[in-house]
Amino acid sequence: MIEVALRHRFPGFALDVAFASPGVGVTALFGPSGCGKSTILAAVAGLLRPEAGRVAAGGEVLLDTARGISVAPERRRCGVVFQDARLFPHLSVAANLRYGLRRAPRGTAGPGFGEVVELLGIGGLLRRRPLGLSGGERQRVALGRALLARPRLLLMDEPLAALDAGRRAEVLPFLARLRDAARLPILYVTHALDEVDALADRLVLLEAGRVLAEGPVEALAARADLPALARRRDAGALIGCTVLAQDDLRGLTRLGFDGGELVVAQRPGLGVGARLRLRLRARDVAVAIEAPRGISMHNILPAVIEAVAQAGEAEAMLRLRIGPTALLARVTRDSVGRLGLEPGMAVFALVKSIAFDHAVAA
Amino acid sequence: MLSAEEWEAVRLSLGVAGRSVLVSLLPAVLVAWALARGRFPGRMLLDALVHLPLVVPPVVVGWGLLMLFGVRGPLGAPLNDWFGIRLVFTTEGAALATAVMSFPLIVRSVRLGLEGLDPGLEAAARTLGAGWLDRFLTVTLPLMSPGILAGAVTAFAAGLGEFGAVITFASNIPGETQTLPLAIYSATQSPGGEAVAGRLALVSFALALAGLLLAELLGRRLGRWLGRA
Repeated sequence: MIEVALRHRFPGFALDVAFASPGVGVTALFGPSGCGKSTILAAVAGLLRPEAGRVAAGGEVLLDTARGISVAPERRRCGVVFQDARLFPHLSVAANLRYGLRRAPRGTAGPGFGEVVELLGIGGLLRRRPLGLSGGERQRVALGRALLARPRLLLMDEPLAALDAGRRAEVLPFLARLRDAARLPILYVTHALDEVDALADRLVLLEAGRVLAEGPVEALAARADLPALARRRDAGALIGCTVLAQDDLRGLTRLGFDGGELVVAQRPGLGVGARLRLRLRARDVAVAIEAPRGISMHNILPAVIEAVAQAGEAEAMLRLRIGPTALLARVTRDSVGRLGLEPGMAVFALVKSIAFDHAVAA
Repeated sequence: MLSAEEWEAVRLSLGVAGRSVLVSLLPAVLVAWALARGRFPGRMLLDALVHLPLVVPPVVVGWGLLMLFGVRGPLGAPLNDWFGIRLVFTTEGAALATAVMSFPLIVRSVRLGLEGLDPGLEAAARTLGAGWLDRFLTVTLPLMSPGILAGAVTAFAAGLGEFGAVITFASNIPGETQTLPLAIYSATQSPGGEAVAGRLALVSFALALAGLLLAELLGRRLGRWLGRA
């Protein structure tokens, strides 16, 4: 359990946030640049002293300005992964990895050196210097260094933001592996939704120094009333699916989710029973008030409109319910009027395509 | 090539310059650290005081030392009475005068190195469990070592030629305080000393050049070791 409550004023900007996240798993602090998410991380790590606040992790108080408690950063045991890696240039990769390990308090448990090296695939780099490494390699070493310091929690400050698309794709799977192997609470700062989809269990949505909403990623993704999410082009519900069948003959993969099924163009390499998370982008979901016929789309799902929210000048965001699962659909306001769309109405959700670029094994 | 007396001057110069660097290096690193990273009242005053020897005439620095460390001076008297240490007119005194003169050179160089050091690396060391002395020794010091080295070598090379402060504070005693520049000066003052002055000037020039080349070479090596090149 991590509890964070912070208040801090900067010139022209005030941070006032409070959130909690339960134990093991990734809590993403998500928001636009300048919303204060990196400041929160710095305050949790102890690198910034907020005017007022309280930070507790696993029952241990790291900061409590009301009681005059502020544990020094070197004793907080927060493993930090910085955007710019911050490897020590005068030390080899192996010495960088061991830097935190050698200073870890006695009696703290965690994965061993060899295990972490294996996990991150950096065995071939151990004798090299950080300067000769690619951005992706550097970030993997930084992940290992933070994990080997035997932290009580991991803090990641946009660890992929400085990398190009190719390097991001290289490092992301290692992050997922690390998350699963570390079994630690992780606070993960990002402004990239695909990283949230791939890694996060919980989301803390931030804007201008305040918490807009917090909760499980799926629950927040399905809310139509959060402009910070809903305005994005890639806004949409995040749905956990299980592979039900691979139909080689027709070239289709059948996926089951809580309340229904989806059919997608075949995704080879997924065994029956494999779990994954799909983002159904709101702009790829249309609605019909009658069951359409003679249509190329596979996915025509009976649904009930739960909410209609305005999304920009000319568009509306519909929240649709299919059993226990919620979907978002973006339609024009004209359609809302023309079809008389309103909460409680039974409709058909037409899923035009499934954004598989966001599909992540979960 | 050189007479015994001339060799003595060379040896003395090297000894005085070397000792001056040894004496001033640690305080210079600390002062540079305080100036680069510290936020305390009087920082600007300290900065100005440290740089004073660069702008005050060396003779004035020598005179100031004479006042402070003279046998009856506020610092010189206790040193002499309690410890039997006399700095005036001694090799140690020449080294002290040289150290004071080259102190700002080291401070400037170390400070430049410190200001180019990413404080983020120290923050990273902190989050990895390193206390302040630990991270100073394992991160800050290695990364600022090129600045320290450059400062030390420059101060050494400059110290070989310190004239005004040395002659004022330590006088011009052959075999005691007569370093290269003082020997050259004496040679030019004595009839027929042109040849001696020329030879010593050449040695002076060669030593300075060798010092600077060495600094460059070591700096490059250090840069490679630090993973910069």
